[in-house]
Amino acid sequence: MSIRIDEQACVGCGRCIRVCPGSLLKLVPGETGGVAAIESPEDCWGCVSCVKECAFSAIHFYLAEDISGKDGPRTTMQVRAEGPLLHWDFSKDGALFRTITVDRRNSNDY
Amino acid sequence: MPVTTVRKSADVLIIGGGTAGCYAALTLSERDPEKRILVVEKANILRSGCLAAGVNALNAYITKGHTPDFYVDYALRDAHGIAREDLLLSMSEHLNEVTERLEDLGLVILKDENGEYVARGNRNLKINGENIKPLLANAVLALPNVEVLNEVNVVGLHLEGGASKDAPGVVTGAYGHGVREEVLYEFRAPAVLVATGGAAGIYRPNHPGFSRHKMWYSPFNTGAGYAMGILAGAEMTTFEMRFIALRCKDTIAPTGTLAQGVGARQVNALGDVYEDKYGLTTSQRVWGTVAETKAGRGPCYLRTVGIGEDAAGSLEKAYLNMEPSQTLKWVAAGKNANEENVEIEGTEPYITGGHTASGYWVDDGRRTTVPGLYAAGDVAGGSPQKYVTGALAEGLLAASSIEEDLNSGLVAPSSSDSVDSATSFATLLQDLLEAEGNVTPEELEAALQTTMDTYAGGIGSGYEFTESSLDEAKARVRELLAVPPLQVSCSTMRDVTHYFEVRERLVVAEVLLAHLKARKETRWHCFAENKSFPEQDDEGFLCYVNSRYRDGAVETFTRPLSERRPEKTAGTERDYRDFTGRWANEHSH
Ligand SMILES: Cc1cc2nc3c(=O)[nH]c(=O)nc-3n(C[C@H](O)[C@H](O)[C@H](O)COP(=O)(O)OP(=O)(O)OC[C@H]3O[C@@H](n4cnc5c(N)ncnc54)[C@H](O)[C@@H]3O)c2cc1C
Repeated sequence: MSIRIDEQACVGCGRCIRVCPGSLLKLVPGETGGVAAIESPEDCWGCVSCVKECAFSAIHFYLAEDISGKDGPRTTMQVRAEGPLLHWDFSKDGALFRTITVDRRNSNDY
Repeated sequence: MPVTTVRKSADVLIIGGGTAGCYAALTLSERDPEKRILVVEKANILRSGCLAAGVNALNAYITKGHTPDFYVDYALRDAHGIAREDLLLSMSEHLNEVTERLEDLGLVILKDENGEYVARGNRNLKINGENIKPLLANAVLALPNVEVLNEVNVVGLHLEGGASKDAPGVVTGAYGHGVREEVLYEFRAPAVLVATGGAAGIYRPNHPGFSRHKMWYSPFNTGAGYAMGILAGAEMTTFEMRFIALRCKDTIAPTGTLAQGVGARQVNALGDVYEDKYGLTTSQRVWGTVAETKAGRGPCYLRTVGIGEDAAGSLEKAYLNMEPSQTLKWVAAGKNANEENVEIEGTEPYITGGHTASGYWVDDGRRTTVPGLYAAGDVAGGSPQKYVTGALAEGLLAASSIEEDLNSGLVAPSSSDSVDSATSFATLLQDLLEAEGNVTPEELEAALQTTMDTYAGGIGSGYEFTESSLDEAKARVRELLAVPPLQVSCSTMRDVTHYFEVRERLVVAEVLLAHLKARKETRWHCFAENKSFPEQDDEGFLCYVNSRYRDGAVETFTRPLSERRPEKTAGTERDYRDFTGRWANEHSH
């Protein structure tokens, strides 16, 4: 259960840092400027607030081995927002294999 | 480098900008635009607290054809008779009002063709709860007379008059520290609302390794509000009614969506439905699962196979709106809910007045027993099954009485500017940062969690405890409480925050242990499974177990059950005085 931040995609805008309910993220020096980093990935609750907040899809969410098995962390999740739509992209070893789109104007069926 | 100090004052200080805190700020600001309201939040109110990921449904609503009494009856039954009917009633009377307000703020609530809310069962509304927290937060941020201070961890209350038996004192503010910067904050206000939620992390969690924070309750709600009230001498109630959630294995995602949403039943490994055997209250559902597993018929599941592909697809979306790990789990496994039953397990116990009844002893205006101090949401006791809308309703109720008490002069700005607690706190902060300790906050936390797991009915002991095991737990918790701050190694403010989080959990644990010991019966299986007294004892324990911390020790005593509609003496002041015992003579107990 945690996140990985793609340093190449991160622009260091700091929006994820603001929304983490555990204040776990901070800005650290990267190759071309500040990038977001998670200090202790084991403290992540898994709320994915940061994943949804990132406009650059730089944050990947995964389930760690202790709750998902040996190959679990290979599958990751990212979000792209498009107006009222949230596209949840699922990738395995970095290759996108499924997208689930949720329309935020609709309530849950259940 | 010496720690810098920032001082702020306001008419109302709200500690915790979560569900209840935000709603109290909204209410207070609207009622009186002249009042200065200060919200102090440990994280950032945009996504802090229980609502961070979103919520699945509004679990508390008075649906068409029902009355608030219907909800009170339900909550009372679920708590096996131990709840404050008066508090449940005042909360229930405001559930629908706050729901409409949420809709005004932009929450999507499902409606039928006549424009009426669509209910899920008798008490729930279907929503899209993904953005519920930013909606509330943005409404608060738009208020001109509300100041929000983010990333400040409040750790203590200013108490004037001391916490001795004869003079319980008056709360006139609070103090805390920056979670990133080396700054000490000192707040002054005649009215202080504590809205910090419940407490997680007291017991060893389901996944003590890397995914230790993959828990149901927010791991960042660590019981600060309880601890500061306890140390200020406030009366607490029903801590022994622990909350253990029945959740999806591994992801600890909610199961209500499966049980109430698609009607999935609880089945054991043999495929037999067992829920009817044990009863359907919240504690019985957990107990049944534990008992079936113990009897060799585990693991247990929610039977989702056969719900159909469309339903499984809807579930994937519903979980993305509140607990995305569960959807990720389905997608990663390449198997949806229609193809594989969802395994369930009990979580570690939490202390939360939002689901069970642990918390501050309050009057119907959510005044605590310490003048100047109010409590709302999961931190307030006596009123279980509160959920989101109940927490909002309590924010509203607390705001109303704060306004009333400020206007009537019942609480007033302090004339003294003694800052004893802040001075000693500054020294403590400095010491923590400078001392070369030999124990880390992490180690203290592990020691607490192992102790509670082993001796006070955690997952590892099947939620069971005995009188002797509680004594052992108490001895160990007291040892941990006695570790001097100078022995703790903290190099950053993050470590300091962690240190205080462990301290407050230790204080909560000590009170919890006293409560577990005082209720010499087993009324709620798993929630308080007392093996020394395995039967329910209505003669002895159809009452509340309450406590107060005095002179370094927890005193427990009982109080008779409340009436749903107690006769009121005219005038708020009278109500308050009769209630608190601070103003009247000491309660007999
Ligand atoms: C995962 C989860 C799912 C849920 N799903 C539903 C649902 O579908 N439907 C439903 O009706 N209810 C649901 N609930 C219950 C409901 O969300 C809670 O009962 C309610 O939100 C609690 O409100 P609160 O204000 O007491 O706590 P919170 O909203 O958690 O607010 C507490 C605030 O205090 C802050 N804080 C904590 N300590 C300090 C400190 N020392 N100093 C300053 N600030 C501090 C926290 O950061 C937080 O912002 C769910 C709860 C959880 C945990």
